[in-house]
Amino acid sequence: MLGLDAVVLARAQFAFTMTFHIVFPAFSIGLASYLAVLEALWLWTGRDVFINLFNYWLKIFAVAFGMGVVSGIVMSYQFGTNWSVFADRTGPVIGPMMAYEVLTAFFLEAGFLGVMLFGLRRVGPRLHFLATLMVAIGTLISAFWILSANSWMQTPSGFAVNADGQFVAADWFKVIFNPSFPYRLVHMVLAAYLTTALVVGAVGAFHLLRDQHLAGPRVMFSMAMWMATLAAPIQILAGDQHGLNTLEHQPVKIMAMEGHFQSHKDGAPLYLFGLPDEAAGKVKYAIDIPKLGSLILKHSPDAPMDGLDTVPRENWPPVPITFWAFRIMVGLGFLMFGLGLLSLWERSRGRLYQSRPLHRFALLMGPAGFLAVIAGWVTTETGRQPFTVYGLLRTADSVSPLAVPAVGSSLLAFVIVYFAVYAAGILYLLRLMAQPPHPGEEGPSTESPVRSAGITPAAGIPTEVGAS
Amino acid sequence: MTGAVDLATIWAFIIAFAVFVYVVMDGFDLGLGILFPLFPAKADRDVITNTVAPVWDGNETWLVLGGGGLMAAFPLAYAVLLPALYTPMIAMLIGLIFRGVAFEFRWRTRSQSNRWDIAFCGGSWLAAVAQGVALGAILQGVHVEGRQYAGGWWDWLTPFSLLTGASLVVGYALLGATWLILKTEGELREKAYHISWYLLFGMLAAIAAVSLATPLLTIHYAQRWFTWPNVVLTAPVPLAVAVVTVALLKSLADKQDRQPFVLSLLLFLLSYAGLGISMYPYIVPQSITIWQAAAPENSQLFMLVGVAVLIPLILGYTGWAYWVFRGKVKPDSGYH
Ligand code: HDD
Ligand code: HEM
Ligand code: HEM
Repeated sequence: MLGLDAVVLARAQFAFTMTFHIVFPAFSIGLASYLAVLEALWLWTGRDVFINLFNYWLKIFAVAFGMGVVSGIVMSYQFGTNWSVFADRTGPVIGPMMAYEVLTAFFLEAGFLGVMLFGLRRVGPRLHFLATLMVAIGTLISAFWILSANSWMQTPSGFAVNADGQFVAADWFKVIFNPSFPYRLVHMVLAAYLTTALVVGAVGAFHLLRDQHLAGPRVMFSMAMWMATLAAPIQILAGDQHGLNTLEHQPVKIMAMEGHFQSHKDGAPLYLFGLPDEAAGKVKYAIDIPKLGSLILKHSPDAPMDGLDTVPRENWPPVPITFWAFRIMVGLGFLMFGLGLLSLWERSRGRLYQSRPLHRFALLMGPAGFLAVIAGWVTTETGRQPFTVYGLLRTADSVSPLAVPAVGSSLLAFVIVYFAVYAAGILYLLRLMAQPPHPGEEGPSTESPVRSAGITPAAGIPTEVGAS
Repeated sequence: MTGAVDLATIWAFIIAFAVFVYVVMDGFDLGLGILFPLFPAKADRDVITNTVAPVWDGNETWLVLGGGGLMAAFPLAYAVLLPALYTPMIAMLIGLIFRGVAFEFRWRTRSQSNRWDIAFCGGSWLAAVAQGVALGAILQGVHVEGRQYAGGWWDWLTPFSLLTGASLVVGYALLGATWLILKTEGELREKAYHISWYLLFGMLAAIAAVSLATPLLTIHYAQRWFTWPNVVLTAPVPLAVAVVTVALLKSLADKQDRQPFVLSLLLFLLSYAGLGISMYPYIVPQSITIWQAAAPENSQLFMLVGVAVLIPLILGYTGWAYWVFRGKVKPDSGYH
């Protein structure tokens, strides 16, 4: 079939389904925390604007979370269907981590989600807040375990290999807290918070552009801009540290990210742009700053750096993808930083809710978090190639013994289904966001007659009609 | 290696438990979707989906535990079975996607003929058939060489697997119908009683057909069930099925509220026990035993600690969530 082999198709399928999945966690991790903050503020201050915002974002959360769940279930079965050799070999190490993710995170999220979405009237504000908190904590625990599993594949440690060729844990602590895990966890959680802040900010900006006096959009815009202002610079610092860690443990990935085909004995340049050409072994049309690469990565302008010419050709990752994905992520990161600075400047002049350029910029940056997250994961995952367990298990040796038509048709089915389902989902999300939050906003829990007046702590929570 | 032997058995029971909880909990969710065509009115459908909207995600998580747990505790079985069941698994996942998003999407669409109701129904059918087929395909055995699946990608398709596929649809529908008896009132509930009669007879026919066909698959199953002294252990299962059936018939005739659902669950439990008797100690029938597939002891032990502490906790707060949403769902109680 078009000369594609099962490995390439299985990789395409993994990349496709993963890219669709990660969009939703990136949003629901951040949004769950944001909802917990909103509800806490409501309980604390009793101001209606917070519960209105809470109910507004809760409806959006419900739709996004559902899509995160169904795309996630696909992922967890794909290790077996498409990567069975990988599953057999790494199951004893990665499997328990994913089992712990299910036990500590997925059940927590799912168990309290129903109460969070539909239960405010049934359990009262305090227990309801507990449920929101549990969902938010669940998403973070989920990130903890899955990133630990992924990081172990990037920087394996604390393991041995048994007679069947399986990886087995020698030291669970070293397995879980493997060298790249802390960096990846910090970077990804910040990424989720930034992504959410940019979406919330864009929705706020969209409504402020129409009417500067709406209370809800003002509050959310201000909160989102604080988040962007604080998190973007921290993310840049965290990313820099992450890169240093990668240089230590996966130097070949850094060579690909930086486009360093040749070794540089006295200081490597930083390529801003260019077209990496693997066949020619150089970056064409490069715009570079001499010695800056060594300065960033080695903190010394003249430090020598090895290039891909020191690595056997069959161990190269795909350089152009890694190179470009990395630049997209970093570029977006600096744009986010810029947005934060601009908002700080306008805020200090008292024009946060009036500045149309700021609102337009924020609106434009709405999807930037998603793009950066996808670009970041593409950097990480393609840069790890041609291995699934870095340096130890090759991707080509990880794949299931499947016929090409089987993988090809399932890939096609996923593409069709995902585009149909997610197109509808994104349409519904945009529709919800296009409405401004209004006083007496109802959560997903009430389509029935408006009972907005009752939803303040002072008035207490009316019990559900017909609850037994 | 006696330590490992015990651990593997414990883990076999844990995975079996997770799968069973999944089958009955998501079983009634899927059953509702399967029954959707019989309830064309929008008001009824709103009530039906609202009976499970707060809990479906938790129900489905048991499937993730079953799959994830299998990979962790019996990686070899996971690595052999999933490629063997490739097509049914992909079909199940796609069915679950449509079913899962429909819970939220059906409230968001503006179209009159709600296409997400079709997605809900179609997704439930697809997932149920695929799970039943997968079960049949496992029972009939898969072709293994070394540590890998060595068959083709259509091997799963046999009359037997189609039979188990159809059987599971009927069984899930029975769970769904009796769940409706428990959670609804008025005309909707009357209709659910009516449907349950037919489904119960369908389920009995399915149990009989699968029970007759299974021993014919291989001599191994026949020996397991019919040779002395095994008969002493296996005979009570069909007897218990008969007793439960009579009780279920009576509870339907008496228009009981809870008994039909509970007794249907029992019927599932008995069928499941029957399966367990047929398979044990194989995890991939006729080729891989639970001990051969077991992950190293330290992996199984590491997880066992978590399971021992966390499963009771999970059952606790899941029970609480069901408790919060207890009672009949009324047309105007509006979860949405
Ligand atoms: C950094 C975070 C992150 C990453 C890298 C992944 N996920 Fe995920 N996943 C989540 C964060 C998350 C979450 C926040 O917990 C989700 C997203 C939205 C949601 O509903 O829960 C979720 C849902 C989710 C579910 C459904 C859970 C349920 O039933 O409630 C499954 C089975 C998976 N994921 C499995 C995976 C697998 C196998 C991955 C890797 C290959 C993966 N996820 C990557
Ligand atoms: C969350 C974001 C993630 C994204 C966006 C992502 C993306 C990708 C991409 C693009 C590939 C294909 C690389 C290539 O073929 O060049 C890939 C491969 C792979 N990833 Fe990830 N991944 C993510 C997380 C994970 C996690 C958490 C795991 C495991 C715990 C994982 C395991 C794998 C495996 C086993 C492959 C093998 C297939 C291959 O290398 O092509 N990934 N991923
Ligand atoms: C602007 C400065 C940034 C730098 C220097 C930076 C650096 C890095 C590096 C070096 C990696 C690869 C690590 C590895 O695979 O070993 C990475 C991955 C990643 N980046 Fe960034 N990043 C930046 C901004 C961002 C932003 C703004 C986002 C999202 C909002 C983001 C999201 C991600 C994600 C999701 C990954 C993959 C997961 C991981 O490996 O941590 N990054 N980043």
